[in-house]
Amino acid sequence: MVIYGVALLAFCMLVGALAGDALGRLVGVEANVGGVGIAMLLLLWLSNLSRPRLQLALPSQSGIHFWNAMYIPIVVAMAASQNVRAALSSGWLAILAGTLAVMASFAMVPLLSRLGRRRNPHA
Amino acid sequence: MLDSLGSVLTANGLLTAFVFVGVLVWFSYEASERLTAGKLHGSAIAITLGLLLAWAGGHYTGGSKGLADIALLTGIGTLGGAMFRDFAIVATAYGAQIDELRKAGLAGALSILAGVLLSFVVGAVVAVAFGYSDPVAISTIGAGAVTYIVGPVTGTALGASSEVIALSIAAGLVKSILVMVGTPLVATRIGLDNPFSAMVYGGLMGTTSGVAAGLAATDPKLVPYGAMTATFYTGVGCLLAPSLLFLCVRALA
Repeated sequence: MVIYGVALLAFCMLVGALAGDALGRLVGVEANVGGVGIAMLLLLWLSNLSRPRLQLALPSQSGIHFWNAMYIPIVVAMAASQNVRAALSSGWLAILAGTLAVMASFAMVPLLSRLGRRRNPHA
Repeated sequence: MLDSLGSVLTANGLLTAFVFVGVLVWFSYEASERLTAGKLHGSAIAITLGLLLAWAGGHYTGGSKGLADIALLTGIGTLGGAMFRDFAIVATAYGAQIDELRKAGLAGALSILAGVLLSFVVGAVVAVAFGYSDPVAISTIGAGAVTYIVGPVTGTALGASSEVIALSIAAGLVKSILVMVGTPLVATRIGLDNPFSAMVYGGLMGTTSGVAAGLAATDPKLVPYGAMTATFYTGVGCLLAPSLLFLCVRALA
């Protein structure tokens, strides 16, 4: 049943959101810490654990694949509802701070990737 | 006739959004194929067009939610809101390799710390360059360069003025938009083509929406790895910016 896959996905997401909130409160932060990451790990764990007795049947899997495939359209809708006007009309300080932060972070990606790989040759 | 069209589209907002986004995506993929011979990814074009439309929508309505502030298109805000975004991100994890996640675990965690620190320092330096000398304002703007959530959280905790908090949100917005548009353009140059570097990238950039769109436009297979680290970034930022990082700024200022 397709709903089994969708329900499993939603269940993981809700548990992740709860755990992320709890983690945030634990460290005294007004934010969800890692909720999505925890939900992803839970989904991976549950879908591997359920083998072989509870393995998701193909229709159930398609409930997850559908939302996976909706990812790009959802991201496009997200882009279309961003506050672009505020970002561009806020003056040079904000534009410069944001731009330089992104450029510096981009530059660090190959650096940290190489560093991580050298310490872990099997990666 | 026109009245009833309007009320049907408004009453079925989410469905209107499906049609609207469907047409936008179709148009973008056609443009990608015919105008750029597939060199510029269709999703990259769709996301950029989305941002342009968001700017136009904000300009037209004066609101803060881009196209979603237009009454007929409020469904876009629902479809593109945090709930569906996170739901779809979690769905991308199905099929991700646990081994890859484990391999890049340490580098990913380190990249979160490095990313928060780097963006905060850059934002703070820009604030100082623009003449701010109050440690609260410098820290709030630095926190805004981390993400547009860390900025106001830090500003509120430290008691910054609403003008400074607005600036910090704007800096975070600029960052997130630039990550969306810029990632596919620099992906090859920064080696963003495998799960390992995607995890490092997610940890360094940290803005969930920026990383989500940036990876979608580069290679959707990398989404779960980048999202995994990015999801911890805002939390770490909210933890460090108003505490440790603020104390450092105060000691230096």
